[in-house]
Amino acid sequence: MSIKQKLLDLFRRTEKVFSGGGSKAIEKQAAMGKLTARERLKALLDMDSFHEYDLFVEHKCADFGMDKKQLHADGVITGTGSISGHPVCIFAQDFTVAGGSLGLMHARKITKIMDHSVKMGIPLIGINDSGGARIQEGVNSLAGYGEIFYRNTLASGVIPQISVILGPCAGGAVYSPALTDFVFVVDKISKMFITGPEVIKTVLGEEISMEDLGGAKVQTEITGNAHFFAKNEMECFEQIKKLVSFIPWNNKKKADPIRPKSPKSNYDVDNIIPIDPKKPYDIRDVIKSICDDSDFFEIQENWAANIVIGFARLNGETVGIVGNQPLVLAGVLDVDSSDKAARFIRYCDAFNIPLITLVDLPGYLPGVDQEHAGVIRHGAKILYAYSEATVPKITVILRKAYGGGYIAMCSRHLGADFVFAWPTAEIAVMGPEGAANIIFKAEISGADNPDEMRKLKVQEYTEKFANPYIAAANGHVDSIINPSETREFLIHAITISSNKSELRANRKHGIPPF
Amino acid sequence: MNDDNLNTIVIDDSVYETGLTKKYANRKIYQPVDHKKVIAFIPGLIQKVHVKVGDKVKRGDKLLVLEAMKMQNSVVAPLDGKIVIVPNEGTLVKKNELLVELE
Repeated sequence: MSIKQKLLDLFRRTEKVFSGGGSKAIEKQAAMGKLTARERLKALLDMDSFHEYDLFVEHKCADFGMDKKQLHADGVITGTGSISGHPVCIFAQDFTVAGGSLGLMHARKITKIMDHSVKMGIPLIGINDSGGARIQEGVNSLAGYGEIFYRNTLASGVIPQISVILGPCAGGAVYSPALTDFVFVVDKISKMFITGPEVIKTVLGEEISMEDLGGAKVQTEITGNAHFFAKNEMECFEQIKKLVSFIPWNNKKKADPIRPKSPKSNYDVDNIIPIDPKKPYDIRDVIKSICDDSDFFEIQENWAANIVIGFARLNGETVGIVGNQPLVLAGVLDVDSSDKAARFIRYCDAFNIPLITLVDLPGYLPGVDQEHAGVIRHGAKILYAYSEATVPKITVILRKAYGGGYIAMCSRHLGADFVFAWPTAEIAVMGPEGAANIIFKAEISGADNPDEMRKLKVQEYTEKFANPYIAAANGHVDSIINPSETREFLIHAITISSNKSELRANRKHGIPPF
Repeated sequence: MNDDNLNTIVIDDSVYETGLTKKYANRKIYQPVDHKKVIAFIPGLIQKVHVKVGDKVKRGDKLLVLEAMKMQNSVVAPLDGKIVIVPNEGTLVKKNELLVELE
């Protein structure tokens, strides 16, 4: 063969693999409203930045007639590319090739690109669209999953790991996304579950659709398994691009700063919170009144909405924000909101992102369902995560900070570096009503008019204790600040903390209340 | 999800105006466990019934076999008592459905 012929041969081989599962399978993919794996890579990555590897990998299965079947690229595309200039390793399962089923070589391609991402210290993005294990390959496909989970775990906290669910992701397959940092889902396309509707029906007699069992809405509103919901694939890719802009390449780096911008003028920090601590407001308005360009990138917006988490920038630098949401369940901590916040705190700590905590909560949510769901064990996670974190920790107490909630929300006692309070702050063991009913129980019940006496005592307690000055007198709060000074105080605190180092006792690892 | 209508929740005697989550709004109100009622812990098939109405049983006596997930689960009496209600063999039961009532 001449060189020309060899080049032609390469071209033909490449073209053949590029055809994926063939035109019929591609049409079917489009009919389901889904892009193909190659279209997805094109849409997500910078133009012409994708470089593919292991194009010619083939499966080695000889059972059940598999030796006669050629599966192009073994059903998964792997490579490297960039997103707005940030390098990434990426794999995309190709549903048109044997339903994107995972066999040993398919898995080996994935683990190879995972190993790359750890060695190169760059984020890993996995696009999942697969019917599950390739049954014909038997235990070897299970081995493949196991090898992926193992690497997900070892890479956790070393490089950012992002999972995108763009099709079915069922059975064991869901555990790779579950082990990664952020999971993206798309309406009507993403389906995640351990056992599908058919098994549930046969075994338990319960009938449910795939969408109601594990669709995108369910995963972002009920289970909290997924972090970002998009209406379509293109919106999903825009969300991923935005996330990548906020996070560092790996745990040894800081996120790239961008040009600082002032908050937008329509967010007026002085006029957001009602003075009555029993009236609600949207904590996100406070966040937007403080952060650069009023741009707050919220995570898990629709799950455990009583706590708000997400990324923003202060003076161009990425910060992680945790804030109680008085608009939902009065901003209480409960099982789900503790889980949500704790995981985010650990993410920020692993990736050198300073933590800003905005406090306004009446405490933990009372109820049998909460106690029986293990609010003790789950609530402990937030204490653990804050105490463990060594990134700069800055707390602003806006209004209520009562009891266990006060301690949990990154108080001085859990190692906050700076604790600021607005003059509206009420730092106390509980709300005035509850406290007065206990402390002045005898006076109230013994009074001629108990209701009047109660009112009087509540007022007395409010005046004396519902303020930030007792905490400040004890040094638990560093400064009482004017709300309009918040941004400036935060930026200064972050600048001061930029070389923060905190040494901890050497240990293999702690034992968080998982 | 946020509820558009503001509701209230009470914490330490203070009444807070706030929205509710779906999960909170739909939460099951706790009912004390009635040990005289034996309920299905899993959906399945009543494969065999060992007792009939009026029988006196002792704690630990076998009441019936509930077949579920391909396993034959032996359901036993939680306390001493007289049988008031029993299911028929061959019935399909849902989770939390009443199987046997004791007196």
